[in-house]
Amino acid sequence: MTFNSKKNYEQTRKAAGYIPRRKATSKTYKDIGFMSGLEVHQQLDTREKLFCHCPAGIYHASENYDAELKRHMRPTLSELGEYDGTALMEFKTRKEIFYRIKNDSACTYEVDDTPPFPMNREALGVALEISLLSKLNVVGEVHITRKQYLDGSIPTGFQRTAILGVEGEIRLPQKKIRLIQLSIEEDSCREISDIGHIRVYKTDRLGMPLIETVTYPECETPEEVRQTCDYIRFLNRSTGKVRTGMGAGRQDVNVSCRGGSRVEIKGVAHTKWIPELTHNEVFRQWSLLLMKDMLLKKIKNPDKWKIGSKELPGHVLHDVALPEHAEQLVAVNLPGFQGALSWFTQPGQMFADELAGRLKVIACIEHPNLLHSEELKPTIPEEQWQEIAKLLDGGPDDAQLVITGPSEDMKTALETVEERCLMALNGIPNETRKSFEDGTTVFERVLPGADRMYPDTDSAPIPLDDDYIQSLQKNLPEDIFDRYEQLKAWEVPEDTYTYIFSKDYFPLIKQIVTELGINPKFAGTFFGHTLKHAEGQYEGTDVLYGKKIFKLFKYLKEKELNLMLAKKILPFMLQYPKMDFESILLEMKFKKVKKETILDCIPVLNDKFDKECKKNNKTDRINWIMGQLRENALGNISLTELSNKL
Amino acid sequence: MTEDIFQGYRGDALDVLKKYEVRVWGAVQVETTRGAFEGTVLPRAENDDDQHIVIKIITGYNIGIDIRTITNMKETGYKKANYKIPEKQFPVTPGLPKVKLFGTGGTIASRLDYRTGAVIPAFSPGELYGAVPELADICNLETEKVFAVFSENMGPKQYIALAKAIGKEIENGIDGIVVGHGTDTLHHTGAALTFMCQNLPVPVVLVGSQRSSDRPSSDAALNLMHAMKAAGQSDIAEVMVCMFGPTSDEYGLLHKGTRVRKMHSSYRSTFRTIGDTPLARINRKEIVPIKKKYNKRRSDKDVQILPYFSDDVTMLYYYPGMKPDTLDAMVDAGYRGIIFVGTGLGHVNKELYPAIERAHAKGVHMFMTLQTIWGYVHMFVYDTGRDMMAKGIIPAGNMLPEVAWVKLSWILGQTSDPQKVKEMMLTPINDEITLREPYNGYLVYQGGVPDVDDFVRRVYK
Repeated sequence: MTFNSKKNYEQTRKAAGYIPRRKATSKTYKDIGFMSGLEVHQQLDTREKLFCHCPAGIYHASENYDAELKRHMRPTLSELGEYDGTALMEFKTRKEIFYRIKNDSACTYEVDDTPPFPMNREALGVALEISLLSKLNVVGEVHITRKQYLDGSIPTGFQRTAILGVEGEIRLPQKKIRLIQLSIEEDSCREISDIGHIRVYKTDRLGMPLIETVTYPECETPEEVRQTCDYIRFLNRSTGKVRTGMGAGRQDVNVSCRGGSRVEIKGVAHTKWIPELTHNEVFRQWSLLLMKDMLLKKIKNPDKWKIGSKELPGHVLHDVALPEHAEQLVAVNLPGFQGALSWFTQPGQMFADELAGRLKVIACIEHPNLLHSEELKPTIPEEQWQEIAKLLDGGPDDAQLVITGPSEDMKTALETVEERCLMALNGIPNETRKSFEDGTTVFERVLPGADRMYPDTDSAPIPLDDDYIQSLQKNLPEDIFDRYEQLKAWEVPEDTYTYIFSKDYFPLIKQIVTELGINPKFAGTFFGHTLKHAEGQYEGTDVLYGKKIFKLFKYLKEKELNLMLAKKILPFMLQYPKMDFESILLEMKFKKVKKETILDCIPVLNDKFDKECKKNNKTDRINWIMGQLRENALGNISLTELSNKL
Repeated sequence: MTEDIFQGYRGDALDVLKKYEVRVWGAVQVETTRGAFEGTVLPRAENDDDQHIVIKIITGYNIGIDIRTITNMKETGYKKANYKIPEKQFPVTPGLPKVKLFGTGGTIASRLDYRTGAVIPAFSPGELYGAVPELADICNLETEKVFAVFSENMGPKQYIALAKAIGKEIENGIDGIVVGHGTDTLHHTGAALTFMCQNLPVPVVLVGSQRSSDRPSSDAALNLMHAMKAAGQSDIAEVMVCMFGPTSDEYGLLHKGTRVRKMHSSYRSTFRTIGDTPLARINRKEIVPIKKKYNKRRSDKDVQILPYFSDDVTMLYYYPGMKPDTLDAMVDAGYRGIIFVGTGLGHVNKELYPAIERAHAKGVHMFMTLQTIWGYVHMFVYDTGRDMMAKGIIPAGNMLPEVAWVKLSWILGQTSDPQKVKEMMLTPINDEITLREPYNGYLVYQGGVPDVDDFVRRVYK
């Protein structure tokens, strides 16, 4: 009689073929039809915001604000008189939205009390450069469009955005990934909190210029998604005109499996999180499809499927510790759903968590908002579930749950549960999901349709004539793929590329190679290994640092010092950024010695080795002499040369 | 017929469309020197240039294509957008007040056509109900379009038509009237209707929106709900303007039609009562009076409609160094009334004196109001003031300049007798001149002052 949830969870996980990512191969993903595309967001490094003259890039702590104001978002109807899916959901949530404003970083434009000023031309120029690098077909006239967002993340209720190019591509070493489009848009608010019916935002980031590069869903493995994302970000950075650092680049990852639906994992801050997230999402969908099959075997008439519900008399759960907001308890019967609630979705999550996630977002009931009959660690004893099932006239194939929350939210809560269960009979709902560092996700919003765009009547179209586009074309950096090939040709080790591209050091390496005639392999390795390693040890380095490294090599070259000395100087440069090279050498107690002087020491040391070390092994001898001379040699003679002389 | 197929396109762009036989609403594939594009051709705004063609691409965005880059273009399909707005029957609830909404052309509520981006005004009760269903809990609604003009084109003809329409509705026993109106000249109309519709038995509420109703954060829906509530349920039987109090979605304020002014070009909280406090505060739950004295709602129909207006009144906004010929020109053009908007306590420079004398001699009615907006004209304080009064300029107390213009126009529509005109101007009909200015009638806080900033931080703006 008793249902074994733990066993069910394990069995369903196995049935879905879920394995940890490290054990998965490209065949694993091919078998379930992994498909993924990206929307890569990148802030542009401009002085001012996109549609007003507020400074960009000034951030404030949440409690540091000058004024606060409150708004509500109301859906507007489309031409068919239907609300957009997201719109309807957001309206149901009845959120009071608060905006915190700091005069230093926001003006009346941000809070929608002033119409937009003309688009920032500096931002437009950078975004167009990136469009050209992405091989996009650049539009003839930029039309600013309003894209509705009812979550409150933008006080107007829409984001001003404009397409700059369509149909482009980026080249990865193994294949090409096509791009759908690139748009320039204003960044949104940063969320401070979202509890119950109150959501609080700050407006510092709002309005900063941002671009969004959208790819076709052509990535076939989680690793390929990460790689594509890296390439797009490297391409953006290769202009040297985009922002870096926390939050400056974020991506939404679209994933589906065969027979599944497009699910958007939103706001992934690090590309390294992508593989785990997409891996888990594709299996979540695959498993939910299996659950659908299971349910449809039991539920013959899915169109007529309905939940049953009853308010629970207080005495039923009198000895269960309930959350404070649980002012009302409503028991729900899910006909035919036995086995579904504990159905595996993601590591550590099951179908019941999908319901709980929606209850939090749509009905605004904070966690914990749900108790159910298939909990792995039951909160309510089995007998009580039987009592609840009886109260609901539940059959042996049914599952039960109890929603705990404020009474005013119960109506929406019941609708939400029924709606999600009905979707389970249909497949995978289109939705956006929020990501966690451990690679799992939770429901965030219903995925909006294309029906939420309309022209911005406050802005005039901006023509882009051929002369302007050609002038931009002239100053473009080379393609990331060409840079990749160049590094390879230079025999720079592959494990340095990610670092070199992400810091945009390629142009410097090239400059060092061409202007100073330094060995490219050495230069590349110096950046990709030595600098990377040193950076990890000393705080406060930035991209500008690269220019100093050029100066360092130039200095060594002019002083005819051996380049290996750079490795020793680097830690000093990082520790004492203001110190000049002369002083660093003094600090290092470096003495300039003629090559011959060092070589002259060899015979003496040879004798000494004979006397002191009783061995007569050749390698030992060389090693010992090298050890004696290394300090002095560094900077004065190449160690290879020295070793050869031995 | 051609306009229909090539909506908004002209010149070179029109030629290109014709050359490739592509229509507006046609699905197109365009080849250009910048690559290929695909989408639906949209109508073009008439003021935009003739060098670009606008298409909506599949992702919903609009883009423009430079016709000079086009090498080929092909229409592959055609689907004309459908403008029809579905209506829902506005429910009639017994016991709720009957409110009439007059439309004047401003969009209070609207729907979007995502295909075209067109904003379709919602106006009939059914359309409004679809957009703001909460209205059905407030009143039983009837609507009537009186005319359709932009706010800035509202004028004497429209004031008169509105006043008459209001009179008729009161005759028919309505419980309250709402006038939907663009915001730019809302306060002019507020003053005009106050003078034209006297002894009102029911509220007449003017309402608009500062942010168009096609956007989710619009103030339109809330303003409309507040206005309907004020019209149907309040006991203030006056001409009022109902707009946002703060910029937050918090509460609305009911301002007297004669003391209200638009004070910011784009803020939601742009309307302020000047030199006094507003009549009341309103939210969706309650109407809380601020002023103790006001004209109460009555059950009779004894309204007095006085639909008069003369076109012969103008305004003179004074600036230092103004030459007398500006004033002479107004007089020569035949204006019979001039509202001066003077500096400080109500001054203009001496250079104008001869012109003022000439105007007075010609029987032009001249009144003095203030650029300072707040405060009273005090022409006894300095000699200049006394000089001007001697030359025929009459101080208009603390009447707002725009209100003075409306009132003099209304008076000159009825009489030209100088004594009568002066008496009517200076006898307030509904507080256009007040006897006293309360201390909190002038509150323009200065940002940057620590106390003020602290207050602003604590209170929603």
